[in-house]
Amino acid sequence: MLETTQCPNCKKTDVADIRDCVRQFGRDQGNLIPILHAVQKKYGYLTADATEEIADWLGIHASEVYGTATFYTLFSTKPLGKYVVRLCDSPPCHIEGSLSIQKAIEEDLGVGNGETTEDGLFTLEVVSCFGLCGVAPAIMVNDEVHGNLTPEMIPAILSKYRKEGN
Amino acid sequence: MEQVTLTIDGKEVSVPKGSTVLDASKAAGIGIPTLCHLENVHAIGACRICLVDVGARSLQTACTYPASEGMKVVTNNPRVRSARKTVVELMLSAHRQECTCCPRSLNCELQKVAKILGIQEHRFDGEMPEQILDTSSPSITRDSSKCILCRRCVTVCQQVQGVGALFPVDRGFETAIVPALKNDLIDVACVMCGQCVSVCPVGALYEKDSTDDVWKAIADPTKHVVVQTAPAVRAALGEEFGMPAGTRVTGQMVTALRQMGFDKVFDTDFTADLTILEEGNELLHRVKNGGTLPMITSCSPGWIKYIEHFYPTLLPHLSTCKSPQQMFGALAKTYYAEKAGIKPEDIFVVSIMPCTAKKYECQRTEMSAHPGIPDVDVVLTTRELGKMIREMGMDFANLPKGECDSPLGLSTGAAVIFGATGGVMEAALRTVYEVVTGETLDNVNFTAIRGLEGVKEATVKVGDLDVKVAIASGLSNAKKLMEKIKNGEADYHFIEIMCCPGGCLGGGGQPIPTTNEIRKARMGAIYEEDEHLTIRKSHENPAVLALYAEFLGEPLGHKSHELLHTHYTPRAKYPETDKEEVTTGGE
Amino acid sequence: MPLYRSHILVCTGTTCVLKGCTAVQSALIAEIKRRGLENEVKVVETGCLGISEKGPVMIVYPEGVTYCQLKVSDIPEIVEEHLLKGRTVSRLVYTGPVTGEVKPAHPGRQKEQRIVLKNIGIIDPTSIEEYIAYGGYEVLGKALTQMTPEQVVAEVKTSQLRGRGGAAFPTGIKWELTAQAKGDNKSVICNADEGEPGNFKDRLILEGDPHCVVEAMIIAGYAVGAKTGYLYIRGEYHQSVAHTEKAIADAKAMGLLGKDIFGSGFDYDIKVFKGAGAYVCGEETALIESLEGRRGESMVKPPFPPTQGLWGQPTVINNVETLANIPHIILNGGEWYAGIGTEKSKGTKIFSPCGDVFYPGVYEVPFGITMREVIYELAGGTKSGKPFKAVLVGGPSGACVGAESMDKTFAYEDLAPGAGALIVMDEDKCIVDTVNNCLKFFVHESCGQCIPCREGTKRMYEMTKSWTEGQGEEADLALMQALTSNLALTSRCGLGQVAGTAFATSYKLFPDEYLSHVVGAECPTGKCTMTNGGGKNNG
Repeated sequence: MLETTQCPNCKKTDVADIRDCVRQFGRDQGNLIPILHAVQKKYGYLTADATEEIADWLGIHASEVYGTATFYTLFSTKPLGKYVVRLCDSPPCHIEGSLSIQKAIEEDLGVGNGETTEDGLFTLEVVSCFGLCGVAPAIMVNDEVHGNLTPEMIPAILSKYRKEGN
Repeated sequence: MEQVTLTIDGKEVSVPKGSTVLDASKAAGIGIPTLCHLENVHAIGACRICLVDVGARSLQTACTYPASEGMKVVTNNPRVRSARKTVVELMLSAHRQECTCCPRSLNCELQKVAKILGIQEHRFDGEMPEQILDTSSPSITRDSSKCILCRRCVTVCQQVQGVGALFPVDRGFETAIVPALKNDLIDVACVMCGQCVSVCPVGALYEKDSTDDVWKAIADPTKHVVVQTAPAVRAALGEEFGMPAGTRVTGQMVTALRQMGFDKVFDTDFTADLTILEEGNELLHRVKNGGTLPMITSCSPGWIKYIEHFYPTLLPHLSTCKSPQQMFGALAKTYYAEKAGIKPEDIFVVSIMPCTAKKYECQRTEMSAHPGIPDVDVVLTTRELGKMIREMGMDFANLPKGECDSPLGLSTGAAVIFGATGGVMEAALRTVYEVVTGETLDNVNFTAIRGLEGVKEATVKVGDLDVKVAIASGLSNAKKLMEKIKNGEADYHFIEIMCCPGGCLGGGGQPIPTTNEIRKARMGAIYEEDEHLTIRKSHENPAVLALYAEFLGEPLGHKSHELLHTHYTPRAKYPETDKEEVTTGGE
Repeated sequence: MPLYRSHILVCTGTTCVLKGCTAVQSALIAEIKRRGLENEVKVVETGCLGISEKGPVMIVYPEGVTYCQLKVSDIPEIVEEHLLKGRTVSRLVYTGPVTGEVKPAHPGRQKEQRIVLKNIGIIDPTSIEEYIAYGGYEVLGKALTQMTPEQVVAEVKTSQLRGRGGAAFPTGIKWELTAQAKGDNKSVICNADEGEPGNFKDRLILEGDPHCVVEAMIIAGYAVGAKTGYLYIRGEYHQSVAHTEKAIADAKAMGLLGKDIFGSGFDYDIKVFKGAGAYVCGEETALIESLEGRRGESMVKPPFPPTQGLWGQPTVINNVETLANIPHIILNGGEWYAGIGTEKSKGTKIFSPCGDVFYPGVYEVPFGITMREVIYELAGGTKSGKPFKAVLVGGPSGACVGAESMDKTFAYEDLAPGAGALIVMDEDKCIVDTVNNCLKFFVHESCGQCIPCREGTKRMYEMTKSWTEGQGEEADLALMQALTSNLALTSRCGLGQVAGTAFATSYKLFPDEYLSHVVGAECPTGKCTMTNGGGKNNG
């Protein structure tokens, strides 16, 4: 079940605020993915209130909004860390040692795939290829990319975000 | 219509352009197994059971592939057979197989397909999808471990019923069909109509089984157990025992119920007649006194829950009449209790309904004449009754024909047709016409408002008044009428709405499957039953007239108001996040 | 417009950002300012210059000198020596032929024939003026004012261009079908949902030369009679989205998009649509579902998009690389294009060798080039110098081929290139582990609607996973083969149909390696961790 209360990283979800965010888009269903992007960006995840607001605005069922959002890996229905560390484990990165990078990240953060650190700072997601095969193995931290990684590089990269985030 | 000619397994066949290969194969008399396909409703080619060879690189699903001129189709070669078999084996590898104790045992489409394809081993096994067993709803149980993700339920709930309670979530192997936001079913705007149950090919969706409660009550010597059966049940129960759809089994059903040990076998038809008197008078009252029009029927609990969730502002349009099942319950624990000299708390009322929403309806707090005692104790579906009869080991088809007990067992043809879409309207017109004009109807058959069409309209001359009526079955059709009312475009006096397509004969508690052919056959049986009865107008039911004389007084009188009328509750569209509910009166 | 005596192109492609180009760029701007050269020298961001393996990279024009592997500390010297004194800092320069062309990172780059990538690294992708200065939108004018839509379609047909997203459907025929289909709201969709592991060519095109795709989409719209174009870019490609959005806005401002383009009476608009993380949306019907606001599940075909696509209307869906060829075909003629490549495979193809290669990157070469040339000459052979073992041609959905295919040519009639990914493995890599990883990808990306793909990929993955753990059973191999052929035959879309290809093809090449895992619980490369004691530790 979804939380409707405050997420650790964003302000409390406010229905009027969500409404403004949703209603800047048109009312046909073709706007669903763009709206979900906007909500995800603004609130960090798809709240129950937002799901219902979107459903009402587009004239579709909340079950469909929710079911559609959960199909796509860039949308989340639960709060994520301030920094989402996405690690590619598709063949080019895998061949170049992505598992050792994953291990290094997990050791540093103390969380596994799909989990968020207790301080709400990091979420680790093992994902499919994001097209950085030329610099494999690679990770993305939010919108920033890091490639040609070795496990030794991980602590420095993460501590940079830790400093920024605190 | 333009025809195309193709060859299937060497057999030439001509079909209208736009037909699928599956349609064509049917026309050619060639069987192709299907699973996710649901005629006229759902063809997405997801289960891949109906694969055929059309000469392409990969096999194609017959249910979706268009038949074209000169095409050569092979439905049965080693490539096709082995492909279908492997697909079913894969399906089984993610399906919790406990077939012998599954509610759908022996009536499971997956079981059937596996048998047809000769599956005799499990070559694949591995992780099973997470089991979600949702028993939150009083009507419907969901068991995701049986779900094969055919999505029939999704299509029916969303497109046929316009409710959208269910939808796929997540992706790939994790995909599951769940209520909005992964809530429990009770926490979303589900109307509990059971159409999802009716189309589920396996045991992933089934009604909440209450047969044990009934067996217990029957075995309890302190309980006086009475049973009522809805009109649509008798037109379908035979299917549970392999009888052809459309077989009328009223007499056998009564005998079976009596043999099971019910103290009294009554009939919901009795209160259906009563409903006509109350509702007919309510309509006349509204017309005369400028009440809210159009007035809409209130017999169908799925429909009631729908309007409460989705059109709460239109609630004043609903007739305040309780449904026949609830009128029966209220009278059983008052009128009948007095008459028989039994304390209401000792009377146990069982309803046999074609409906899963009735299980919810009987639990509504407003449905009790005596505080704390529900008017109806247990609702069983037609299927559950079939199950109990089987447990008794009866040879159902050959049972002698019995008759219902008095007084709550006497009824008319007008009551019987409640089971079909348009039936309540027709019954009401038979009575309203004669009450208003004082004349006798020459022909009681209002054939213009019969049939399976989703929305029907008619204008009927009653004295000086042109009565404009509309009838809808299936909630997406109801929605069309509601939008008209909302937009001020509906100049009807009276609207009949039934939640399920075809009316109660296609209810979510009826034998599985229910197809359009089967709906037609059941409808035929209902009108046949009406034709065979001598009294065909509700206001001529002597038992109802006696009830008014002895107990109620007059239609819409004080006692009626207390026992036979109710109020409605606007409900949130998103119950889980918006728990506030306001209670208002109906009119 | 101020006149500058020098332009410096700094590559800010994703790869160079990784190498620290942002700091280098800031240092450069600061240094230029400090020296008071800001009115004489303009610093321009560009997409990948194609030699990112040597990044950060910049090119100083008009001399056309390429500097590579720059550090912040190199900047004062370059400004002082080159910009003030006009002396090239030779220790930082790439060697090789100069004038106007990108300097090859290594001799192999000379094998390239850049048509699609012509502007990459030469122009500022965020400047429409530069694109126009390099001949951009001229072709659009020609098409809209001097050619009928039928002539445009005919030219594309003559070129024999085929789809570059992997399926290789003839583009001209697709356009013709769409042009002839009835509909008053046709669309053009550019499929930039590049998600096949090992492919990163579309990213380079969109980041480095977005106008070329925009121009092509307008031409396509004109040819088929569409009103709207949609650029469906995968959500992870932030810079691609930014650059194309800018390109579209600039084109609109110049009247190249919108009403009555070039006074031709043709109205057309393009919208950028961000994907949201679903590989299957690269499949055209799934992409359309996604655009329409639904789960990105593939739909049954027929109907095909050219007759019934977006909003039920005729729709052309082309890959980025396919479209990027169009302006050149219209400019130089279909016959010119058909003169490049082989008999059945015309034009050039972009390859993206990665994995164990020395120079991973993006290379555009004519069809007919051998695999050996691409892997050894362009990509520089294996990174480790160890013997080559195998390559996944096209990515996880493609075939696994070994050294025996080294002299095959990339062409549809010989070795089909898929979308151009070449995931190279040296002898240290375990085939079973890699195929297991491919299947993990398909399990993760299956839409979950059709049974063979949903359950089949899962069961296949479970089997290969057990093999990498030394838990296999001999019967597995036959089951795996049965599943592979079943999925190819029964899955509803390409994703499931090809999910078993990597296994099926690699099993033929390396049966012993499979047997050793499945029966012997032993990983010859030591890559797999055998839980029952066999094998070595995971590297």
